[in-house]
Amino acid sequence: MVALGTGPAATARPRSQFRRALPIYLFLLPGLGLYALWMLYPLASALFMSFFDWQLARPSPFVGFENYARAFADPLFWRALLNSAGYTAVTVSGQMVVGLGVALLLHERLPLRSFLRLVYYLPVITSWVVVSLIFVYLYNGQSGALNWLLVDVLGVLERDVAWLAEPSTALWAVAALGIWKGIGWTMVVFLAGLQGVPQELYEAASIDGAGRWSRFRHITLPSIARTTGFLLVALTLGGLSVFVSIYVMTQGGPLNSSEVLLSYMYKQAFERLDLGYGAALAYIFAAMFFVVALVELWFVRRRLT
Amino acid sequence: MTTSRARLGALFVLAASGAVISSLPFLYMLGIAFESHALVLKQPPTFLPQQPTVDNFVRAVTTAGFGQAFLNSVMVSVPATALGVLLSSMLAFGFARFHFPGNRLLFYSLILTLTVPALVLIIPQFVLIRQLGLFNTHWALIFVYSVGGMAFNVFLLRGFFEDMPQELFEAAIVDGANVWQSFRYIAVPLAKPALATVTIFTFLGSWDEFTWALTALQDPELYTLPVALRFFQRAFGTEWGLVFAASTVAVIPVVIVFLAFQRHFVSGLMLGGTKG
Repeated sequence: MVALGTGPAATARPRSQFRRALPIYLFLLPGLGLYALWMLYPLASALFMSFFDWQLARPSPFVGFENYARAFADPLFWRALLNSAGYTAVTVSGQMVVGLGVALLLHERLPLRSFLRLVYYLPVITSWVVVSLIFVYLYNGQSGALNWLLVDVLGVLERDVAWLAEPSTALWAVAALGIWKGIGWTMVVFLAGLQGVPQELYEAASIDGAGRWSRFRHITLPSIARTTGFLLVALTLGGLSVFVSIYVMTQGGPLNSSEVLLSYMYKQAFERLDLGYGAALAYIFAAMFFVVALVELWFVRRRLT
Repeated sequence: MTTSRARLGALFVLAASGAVISSLPFLYMLGIAFESHALVLKQPPTFLPQQPTVDNFVRAVTTAGFGQAFLNSVMVSVPATALGVLLSSMLAFGFARFHFPGNRLLFYSLILTLTVPALVLIIPQFVLIRQLGLFNTHWALIFVYSVGGMAFNVFLLRGFFEDMPQELFEAAIVDGANVWQSFRYIAVPLAKPALATVTIFTFLGSWDEFTWALTALQDPELYTLPVALRFFQRAFGTEWGLVFAASTVAVIPVVIVFLAFQRHFVSGLMLGGTKG
């Protein structure tokens, strides 16, 4: 029988160890097999493909690092990288600030608290396609509600703006959707963090005469540093992965003004069927993703906790 | 700490106004979905339809393969969820309760893929389904969706299985239970809350997924809801009432699942949020 539980592992000869573990390997085989075929093999084969001028129908010549060199010399790649960075910076800070604000409000013993949490959470569970369609309509150049609000009601703007058709606004209009959709999730995670803040600290600080801001600054923020760090990493990776809203709302346009890394990769691979170049772009993206995650984790360890 | 009633009242007003603003896009969608066609695309926008009608819903459900898309989503999401949850919980159980050579290596190589964004794999997965003859079939979606959340699910469930009392399993071994039996009859019944969380995440993930379905399917008759909605909007772009009625119908199952399992949903998130 297989050694069971959390005690020290049986120190038997390696071969008999494997034989005894046979039932458990068989038990794990279906899951591991499926995972290897659909996740690990593609992960390896993407790397392989990125060294070829990969074509679906005809033989694919080996090109070495050419696809990578091409990416780094491609002005549109740099444009997409810059846009991804901008989108991420804006959405991460927006979600953090608003999410923390809402979490602080709903951490109080307000009436209807769970209902309000639910309302803030609704955008999170709604599919990206649906919310993107709603925002396409809100941003409509002639009759969208946003123009009506800004032009007719508030009078902030002189004339209607085609938010998704203007190179200067398209990316930020999509980013606004990203913030709105993510507030609920950020709120829930912050609420979990806030539950762990020791109540006695506030009482002690109140006795010492600390004001509300001072308590927030010196007790709340340091106490939720771990949560903030986790959110920083998770939201950054989420922002870099933006795709569906861009694809549905702007297709990266107008004039590539809202092209992000993944929309550019998808276009190269599935519209121009340049699969090798697409795979190289995907690997550059994955490497960047990994490095950003590591750097942020390091920063969180060093500075926040 | 003394909290005055007035302060709580002000905070409530603030929180409630924020909630109203946050839900305006949805109210706007509903307002247009129930509005008769002639009155859509006008200013000022109204949230309450002036001539309320369910015409858009009737047409959405009966037109352009939308009913078929709904059915397709069910036929993909349900088996993908069942397969994904079954295999993830088996893996998590094995990693949590057994010592065997390679346990840690296998577990950590699984966890490492958590850092790989799904879209990085989309090109090789596309090539793979063409090689396997699964291009333009629902199987392509079922397999990819069932492994998509696997690393996270295993991570979540392993902790749960580890916390179970050892005596239960020892008693089962004495009674001659094999790995499958101790999983099926002891671990699974005790893990129901955690399994519910994982089930919801996997189901919603499959139900809402867009990019892979767009890539792996070609025939409109096979489209799942998100893809169908996207083409629906392209085809009926000026008939926003129809588009939003269809969107509303697509969102309803998600809201029902969420409301029914809300408790598990939030606790699962907290688990992911604090442990991650």
